[in-house]
Amino acid sequence: MRSVIDILDLTVEELDELVKVADDIIDNPEKYSEKCKGKKLATLFFEPSTRTRLSFEAAMYELGGNVLGFSEAQSSSAAKGESVADTAKTVSCYADIIAMRHPKEGAPLVASLNATIPVINAGDGGHNHPTQTLADLLTIHREKGRFDNLTVGFCGDLKFGRTVHSLINALSRYSGVKFVLISPDELKLPSYIKKEVLEKKNLEYVQTTNLEEVMPELDILYMTRVQRERFFNEEDYLRLKDSYILTPEKLVNAKKDLSIMHPLPRVNEISVAIDEDPRACYFKQVLYGKYMRMALILKLLEIN
Amino acid sequence: MRVDSIKNGFVIDHITAGNGMKIYDLLKLGELSCPVALMTNVKSAKMGVKDIIKIDADVTIDMDILGYVDPNVTIDIIKNEKLVEKKNVDLPKKLTNVIYCKNPRCISSTEQELPHIFNLTDKENRVYRCHYCETKAK
Repeated sequence: MRSVIDILDLTVEELDELVKVADDIIDNPEKYSEKCKGKKLATLFFEPSTRTRLSFEAAMYELGGNVLGFSEAQSSSAAKGESVADTAKTVSCYADIIAMRHPKEGAPLVASLNATIPVINAGDGGHNHPTQTLADLLTIHREKGRFDNLTVGFCGDLKFGRTVHSLINALSRYSGVKFVLISPDELKLPSYIKKEVLEKKNLEYVQTTNLEEVMPELDILYMTRVQRERFFNEEDYLRLKDSYILTPEKLVNAKKDLSIMHPLPRVNEISVAIDEDPRACYFKQVLYGKYMRMALILKLLEIN
Repeated sequence: MRVDSIKNGFVIDHITAGNGMKIYDLLKLGELSCPVALMTNVKSAKMGVKDIIKIDADVTIDMDILGYVDPNVTIDIIKNEKLVEKKNVDLPKKLTNVIYCKNPRCISSTEQELPHIFNLTDKENRVYRCHYCETKAK
């Protein structure tokens, strides 16, 4: 029984396999429409996340399975004070697989240690969000056809942005990836990721506060939102939220085959005018997320 | 100053000066009913000054705690007033309920009876991270 709590729980070979399965689902959806018949996915969302929850639910329905669960802690037994461990043990009696979102970091890991069914981390606070990384990886692969030898710019909140941390971790396992880290000084990538991931593996990276200056060299631009919920202090949030706003003018010197990605939801950091630009990939990214979740559910349920 | 020799027990030696009380507290030596001596700032040819702890009983010592607080300590095992074994300690790979996660966003801050586990992630720099949220121990 396998769980996926961190993107690094999956080997490079397993990621390649998931990408292959997702590609096959895209090409042959009917082949997969009954693969999970009779199986139940429990979506345990202790904090609201409409996008991720609907993506998991759509993934399970498209595999012919069923879904049960809750979308906020108030409507769960957590409101009565039940522990994550007990919830995981209980839900194991009802479902075949769990997708868990929780505001506390490490909660899905605790669930996986107590459940008797696979647990997928659907986001734990500012910590990990591996299925978003799977969506990001499939997007990169479908847009670029490879994971290696790419220059990837990460822009915005690199301090609290867990999707950034996970994607850097995932891409650090491929050769020739150059990381360009664009953020205000207050939201720089944490030094432990620089030291323990980038420097330890001798990966090339640059840090800058100027997006336009590095734009011409980027193959991928991964934009992020400054997240209000990660700040204890409203003043800091208001000061930093508009640090980088991507507009068509800022793309003047960008490569013609640049891929603009964003984990969504966006607030104002990408101008709506860019949505029509063929380089905008963020809505495709949402769709790819569903296919990767389908591939992951199949893998963890050991359905071929 | 004179401390009687040990019949059956341990001498925790070469403790970096200042760490003795920390080890005494973490090993909960104050709760033992046997004789325990903590000596601080003892002259040492090798270390200048050091702390020493003597325990006159055959108790179980948590080597992980010793390794975490001060990996340079040595443990002399005494049987019938004779040194029978000298042990070194290693930096433990995992610590359970020795240190506690201070990240208010960590599940260990709310989950009932969850052990506080830290893993050694960088041996060279002695970095431990919470098993659940990966926050660095301070």
